[in-house]
Amino acid sequence: MQRIGVFVCWCGSNIAGTVDVQKVSEALAKEPGVVHSVNYQYMCSQAGQEMIKNAIKEHKLTGIVVCSCSPRMHEATFRKTAQAAGINPYMVEIANIREQCSWIHKDMAEGTEKAIVLGRTAIAKVQLNAPLKPGESPVTKRALVIGGGIAGIQTALDIADAGFEVDIVETKPTIGGKMAQLDKTFPTLDCAACILTPKMVDVAQHEKIKIYSYSEVESVKGFVGNFEVTIKKKARFVKEDVCTGCGLCTEKCPQKKVPNEFNLGMDNRRAIYIPFAQAVPKVATIDANYCTMLKTGKCGVCSKVCTAKAIDYTQKDEFITEKYGAIVAATGFNPISMDKFDEFAYSQSKDVITSLEFERLMNAAGPTAGKLVRPSDGVHPHKIVFVQCVGSRCSSCAEKGKEYCSKICCMYTAKHAMLTRDKYPDTDVTVFYIDVRTPGKQFDEFYRRAVEDYGVHYIKGMVGKVSPEGNKLIVQGSDLIANKQLKIEADLVVLAAAIEPDKSARPLATMLTASMDTNDFFTEAHPKLRPVESPTAGIFLSGACQGPKDIPETVSQAGAAAAKVIGLLAKDKLVGNPCVAHSDEMMCNGCSSCEKVCPYGAITYENKEFRGPNRTTLIRRVAQVNEAVCQGCGCCTVACPSGAMDLKGFASKQIMAEVDAICK
Amino acid sequence: MQKITREMLIEKAAALIAEGKVNRVLGWKNGEFSYDVTPALFESVEEMQKDFVFGDFCGANFSKYLVKEAKKDGAVLVFLKPCDTYSFNQLLTEHRFDREKVYAVGIPCEGMIDVNKIKLSIGDGLLSIASEGDTVKVETLYDGVKELNRNEVLSERCLNCKSKKHVAYDELIGEDGEVIDSNRFDEVEKLEKMSADERFAFWQNELSKCIRCNACRDVCPACTCEKCVFDNPNSGVENKAAANSFEERMFHIIRAFHVAGRCTDCGECSRVCPQHIPLHLLNRKFIKDINSFYGDYQAGEEVGSRAPLVNYTKEDIEPCDAVKGDE
Amino acid sequence: MQVKEYKPKIVAFCCNWCSYAGADLAGSNRLSYPAEVKVIRVPCSCRVNPMFILRAFQRGADGVILCGCHPGDCHYTSGNYYTRRRMALLFSMLDYLGIEKERTRVEWVSAAEGAKFAATMNDFVATVTALGENKRLEDLRCKK
Repeated sequence: MQRIGVFVCWCGSNIAGTVDVQKVSEALAKEPGVVHSVNYQYMCSQAGQEMIKNAIKEHKLTGIVVCSCSPRMHEATFRKTAQAAGINPYMVEIANIREQCSWIHKDMAEGTEKAIVLGRTAIAKVQLNAPLKPGESPVTKRALVIGGGIAGIQTALDIADAGFEVDIVETKPTIGGKMAQLDKTFPTLDCAACILTPKMVDVAQHEKIKIYSYSEVESVKGFVGNFEVTIKKKARFVKEDVCTGCGLCTEKCPQKKVPNEFNLGMDNRRAIYIPFAQAVPKVATIDANYCTMLKTGKCGVCSKVCTAKAIDYTQKDEFITEKYGAIVAATGFNPISMDKFDEFAYSQSKDVITSLEFERLMNAAGPTAGKLVRPSDGVHPHKIVFVQCVGSRCSSCAEKGKEYCSKICCMYTAKHAMLTRDKYPDTDVTVFYIDVRTPGKQFDEFYRRAVEDYGVHYIKGMVGKVSPEGNKLIVQGSDLIANKQLKIEADLVVLAAAIEPDKSARPLATMLTASMDTNDFFTEAHPKLRPVESPTAGIFLSGACQGPKDIPETVSQAGAAAAKVIGLLAKDKLVGNPCVAHSDEMMCNGCSSCEKVCPYGAITYENKEFRGPNRTTLIRRVAQVNEAVCQGCGCCTVACPSGAMDLKGFASKQIMAEVDAICK
Repeated sequence: MQKITREMLIEKAAALIAEGKVNRVLGWKNGEFSYDVTPALFESVEEMQKDFVFGDFCGANFSKYLVKEAKKDGAVLVFLKPCDTYSFNQLLTEHRFDREKVYAVGIPCEGMIDVNKIKLSIGDGLLSIASEGDTVKVETLYDGVKELNRNEVLSERCLNCKSKKHVAYDELIGEDGEVIDSNRFDEVEKLEKMSADERFAFWQNELSKCIRCNACRDVCPACTCEKCVFDNPNSGVENKAAANSFEERMFHIIRAFHVAGRCTDCGECSRVCPQHIPLHLLNRKFIKDINSFYGDYQAGEEVGSRAPLVNYTKEDIEPCDAVKGDE
Repeated sequence: MQVKEYKPKIVAFCCNWCSYAGADLAGSNRLSYPAEVKVIRVPCSCRVNPMFILRAFQRGADGVILCGCHPGDCHYTSGNYYTRRRMALLFSMLDYLGIEKERTRVEWVSAAEGAKFAATMNDFVATVTALGENKRLEDLRCKK
């Protein structure tokens, strides 16, 4: 039996005005287990707290009930008071007789009666309270960033600058991501490479950052502060630490017919290649799908020309296991496939291209050395039609496309139109749009310049069909403002394809037990207040893997994610919330119901040995709650059919005791 | 009449035992009367030859027994009727037994007979029952042999059979059937159409018959908890016998809720209830609601499927719209 | 004999993050609602086991209301979605058994909706008062 002390607060006249505090403390003194019951003007004051501390010592109290304002206000205060007097802080319960009693009732008798019931309810609960101790776990002071685009780069740099070790895992042979493929960036029109490549070099040279390029995450174990990740370093058949990046092999390789993915297949590269001049790490990679030596054993040219002796045809995939305290997902995006959009003749004509292909066509390091020409015949186009929202903002019932707005297309299309008009004033540019969305600093001004200063024709309406006719493309669309159908003869059609999360995100989310929305974007812990954290503790989100984003937004989110990671890694140990779920192994069925509803992936299963009848051992599958990950919502407790799962601090018995006390 | 015979099953079991695939068999044997068939474990072909039966009273669903059986050494052979295979899968979904320790032989089922319907029809003096095609011949003490139409004495769950298709087995004896578009929700709908007062009166009448024998729970393949909440002093609902009408209701509401989304509608609860309470109407209400609120879901149809109560969509129905009320 | 005015017993389960804060806000704004309502604080509406609700009725509650964050705003991201399913099925079952559907309710109340909390409680108490005592779901032993 607990020895309970009841402390009724007047809160000046806030409570005492409509609740007879004397009567409350007298009535509660008669409740079972109560050995001391008083009232005082301001319980939260220094004097009030001293009064509690003295009473704890004097009456050897084991449980405290404070009838006062909301626990959201002073629960923490009174817990500290109790702790200071030597009893467990979780032996304190608050009866909210201010916000939920004195302030809403005007009749003294009514208020007093309710305050007594609320006090009695808190007493009934505290009878069943048990001392709770928050769990502690150490923190590995190293972060893993998955994805080496601008989001991953920025996050890694910010974390490393704070003095923590960071590893970047990038599936491509080089970091840089989509931004490396862009020509200019809106709304300032500075060249993407000029602002990105110095950051890539910073990453390469940073003593705290390690890059695993051409690598993938193979498995993730553990939890916040204590992840264990296996990274697969794919064989690139070139010794990374030996290769000087001179590029001689990439010129001598006889296999010249490999589609160059960096230029989206608009030109070819060799079987051994460095994706682009500023690649980091600047190391060659052999594409095993095309290398004659690897396929037939007959060639070896690259090995012969390599003066550094870096080529190693026998290289195997390598698996590295490393410990991390925090993991950042920065897996980025891709334009959607145009396969299902045949009305735009993407598969029929080389002169129907996506916006990302257009970026490469405009880029000085691209397949045409920056000359804007038609991919089909190399002729300069005089009439270009841009189509926006290709696959974005589709109705939910449509079989193709995405429901959401891809966010960046309005701005990059304005950029493309403007750059075209700037470089080639003889080229006429028309943009079909549903809405032009320009919410961003200097964004609307940018778009208006395209229309007003550069004479880009903006037509509100969608394109219904593009059909190749001779060397022209006939674009049929509607002009909703003029209310007429249009037929435009174009030389080049550029499709602003919707963007979607990278395909690697879904399996990664499964490994991380991080939740995703129906579009495979990672979900935030809170959409407004915790936008860079996953609901799974220790997993953070950076860049477009969380939702469509432009570069400035990506960089700021990347920094925010880094700040959260730094906040975590700066701690030597994590102190958990002690009000966590707990499974009674003797009662657990191992049915996995709790695991399925846990939003944090805090529950795992273990086959454990139990004593069976007649000295036998039984192996049973039982749930294990990771207290460092559990946030204490209690969803599992109701999902559990046997009642094996309970929540500390809000145990079923405690809640039922409260129910009973109220209904008494 | 069943399409397969006792001998076919014994032969199959003997072969599997000889091959070393299993070392024991879950089957049926006669109780006190031939229509009072009880589950049994056979450890040899000889034992089977002596006691094993198969016929119109072999309704018992063995899935639940596997929870215990699969913990022993060696594999057990189990015969599964189509409806039993759903419970089998549901238990696998919940990791309740090791699939490797079980050899499942799917057997066809022509529906099982409810002896109570026969007793109601013939009155006292039941001696023996024999089934021939669509006719059931009942020998009675006072009136000689009576012939009954088989369909009229089939148990409720077999009249409303939901599936003749096996959803799990290692091998099948006979042919597999199809999922049936049954009328199993008709009774639930009839109740829903009543007024709240009428519904209350109906259930008060039915549930007040409950003697808290726990047979429904003990037979239920979804009730396999290591420790049942009703036996657990810490659960807050523990009691051995209902002291009043509320506790009867509470027991059945909680039991139905605990198996909601996991109940395969095998109908064992109603089969074993000594008071003939139509308990399946509680479970079917949940199944019907689940189907109409969250889309059709058949527990046990697929191993690993996510039960509706451990799942959600953002557009789910609000509780206030889910309740029909008094129309 | 004097007839005592009937006052129902109402148990309100409120999630800590939204509805309990909403109830506090109602108090801060001095928005009154009947004293019959007694709140039990739970971390999330998904902590509320149907057994707790039945327990309340067993012990003589006349109405039970469950308040949580609006769908999509759950502090734990998905708790109230599970609550919604559990309660939709439980309430439908109680209705099926002939229990007055007005005795149970789920309401989504955010931390900013003090006024909604007070209005909801006023309405719920009025509805339950009109129904009168809970006779159909009550454990007679526990009554004084």
